[in-house]
Amino acid sequence: MTAADGAARAGGLRVGMAAATATALVAELAAEEHDPAADAEALEKLAFWVLERFSPIVAVDGTDGIVIDSTGADHLHGGEAAMLEALVGRLAAAGIAARAAVADSWGAAHALARHGGDTVVVAPKRHGAAILATLPVEALRLLPETVEALRDLGLASIGDLLAAPRAPLALRFGEALTRRLDQASGRRSEPIEPLRLAETIAARRNFAEPIGAAETIARHVGRLVVALCADLEENGLGVRRLDLLCRRVDDRIEAVRVSTARPVRDIARLTRLLCDKIETIAPGFGIETMTLLATLAEPLTPHQKLAALTEEILPDVSSLIDTIANRVGAERLYRLAPVESDVPERSVRRIAPLAPENGESWRLDWPRPSRLLKRPEPIETMALLPDHPPVSFTWRGVRRRVRKADGPERIFGEWWKRDAELAAVRDYFQVEAEDGERFWIFRAGNGEDMATGSQRWFLHGLFG
Amino acid sequence: MIHPEAFEPRVSSVSAPMAVPMAIQSLRARIDTIQSGRRRARTALAFGIRPLDGRLPGGGLERGVLHEIAGGGSGAGDGPAAALFAAGIAARTRGKVLWCLSRPDLFAPALAQVGLPPDRVIYVEAKDEKTVLSCMEEGLAHGGPTVVVGEAARLSMTASRRLNLAAEKTGCLAILLRRWSRPNDAADFGRPTAAATRWKISALPAAPLPVPGVGRARWRVELIRSRGGETADLELEACDETGRLAFPSDLSDRSAAPPAEPARRRARA
Repeated sequence: MTAADGAARAGGLRVGMAAATATALVAELAAEEHDPAADAEALEKLAFWVLERFSPIVAVDGTDGIVIDSTGADHLHGGEAAMLEALVGRLAAAGIAARAAVADSWGAAHALARHGGDTVVVAPKRHGAAILATLPVEALRLLPETVEALRDLGLASIGDLLAAPRAPLALRFGEALTRRLDQASGRRSEPIEPLRLAETIAARRNFAEPIGAAETIARHVGRLVVALCADLEENGLGVRRLDLLCRRVDDRIEAVRVSTARPVRDIARLTRLLCDKIETIAPGFGIETMTLLATLAEPLTPHQKLAALTEEILPDVSSLIDTIANRVGAERLYRLAPVESDVPERSVRRIAPLAPENGESWRLDWPRPSRLLKRPEPIETMALLPDHPPVSFTWRGVRRRVRKADGPERIFGEWWKRDAELAAVRDYFQVEAEDGERFWIFRAGNGEDMATGSQRWFLHGLFG
Repeated sequence: MIHPEAFEPRVSSVSAPMAVPMAIQSLRARIDTIQSGRRRARTALAFGIRPLDGRLPGGGLERGVLHEIAGGGSGAGDGPAAALFAAGIAARTRGKVLWCLSRPDLFAPALAQVGLPPDRVIYVEAKDEKTVLSCMEEGLAHGGPTVVVGEAARLSMTASRRLNLAAEKTGCLAILLRRWSRPNDAADFGRPTAAATRWKISALPAAPLPVPGVGRARWRVELIRSRGGETADLELEACDETGRLAFPSDLSDRSAAPPAEPARRRARA
């Protein structure tokens, strides 16, 4: 047996068992013939999928993993933890059980993902070797016989190995063991050779003298973009995702990724997007090769801008969107669109800034506050039940006397979506305090029946 | 709490705009051409309220410069009225609006209610105020959006100059909403910036209705600073569904200075 899924492991099956033993343990075992070539192919396909969506530097790691250099790409997904969650979540949706870890080195991430315990592990920055101490020696990507021999010596965890004197270890097990140990603890660098599709359009420049100055990099970026755009034009394509890989003299690859909302082939615009990111490139002792890749390219078709001469041309904002999205992250740039829901906090959803405009809006017959609190805040009130607005209320320690009020606007829970809201009711009032400030307050419940809510009052928004 | 009002000169109450003599007008035009250099001719967005437009150079809110708006009164920190005032200005333009914020508590249906439909507004949720200002600058320099609104507590002279310069190039209308979470930050609003105008919008009790209810909101619109113009202090009805302000009906039929005004202000001070 070479692999077992969750259900099989629950049935007591282990990797390495004989097929006969397994069938004896679980009668209704569904077994597949082991096909290493097909596995490798599927893994590579998965790696390409990750490459297109998550990071410019992706490679296959062994027979069961993918290694990703997330430097310069995680901010587009809202940070390291959010990126891992998204990655594992999307894989789970596709029916692939995955475990992920992010760490300072390939070795440490490899070990934590496989032996770290949780599905998603985010190691703190500059964690060193200490974080690996409790993990078993298998985590170090050693040959099986080396692991066996180490266990025979009583060295079961990486901590034991770190505590043991290095020289005898190197003498006994060869240079491989100390190299793996150093790679895992980040003392030795381990470049990732990124995966490439053969048909990806790319432009490449080698430098006789390694370059390092920002202006020099910018100049060469400009030339690469020109070359790339010529290639794209020949194929009738525009880029959606562009990767700039700078190979340094110490074999590390510094990567920059920019995304665009629509296919782009504009030289000035692409150069600008890339040059905005030059400050994130650490040239170290110099860059010897720069490669510009159109990782995701889509057909670029000319489209008509103006339907009639009398129409006013509204300026195109897509280039601005790209600039800002690459600076703050694409998910932080959005338009808000109406959702068919009476519950105020659910009536708004975020859509892409360049999503087609459909002229939809909210129903405008009820007043809505210009600032909506993240969460309704409880207030202390004096109010007549069941359907009078409060006479006064205290919010954030300030008591306000209510002079005028409008309401109630009764909002029912979405019982067709959520069972918990079967009877839930909110009665909203717009109240004006003595000084003219207006607030949006509600009572959870209809004022009579405790089944409809707690009958407590909350402040939900501020009117302008 | 240090009230931002304390830093600003008081203005007399509502009065008819003074007619600007021809000589002054031509002088202004000449100064403008000297100041602007190769800058494009400025246009202004009129409020449609004569005492306000008359006090602003150009007869309205000038495009291609920065305007500062803050909330007043006890709700100064959140400035719900200031946000709607800005939305009302944006609603009276065409094209896209870029709204940069670091605290996403703006409720879009309210913006739609003052005439700014959701299709027109692109939000940038920046992680801090520095990024808000840099995104604003990016938007202004690009020139695609007609109005760029930002929300920030602090605005330094340098930052405001940068925004002004970026707006000048493209003729975008730049609006900075000042909102603060700590009262101490309110003092920052008194500091000089390169903004062309500075506004304070506070809520006022609305006119009583013959029936129970709240009616149309009423604002005290203070034009605290106006470069090359005059200051103003008006009591106005809040934005309607097309983003327009209006004179309160109970004031517009009366003489220019409402008698209740000075008494109320003393009570507040």
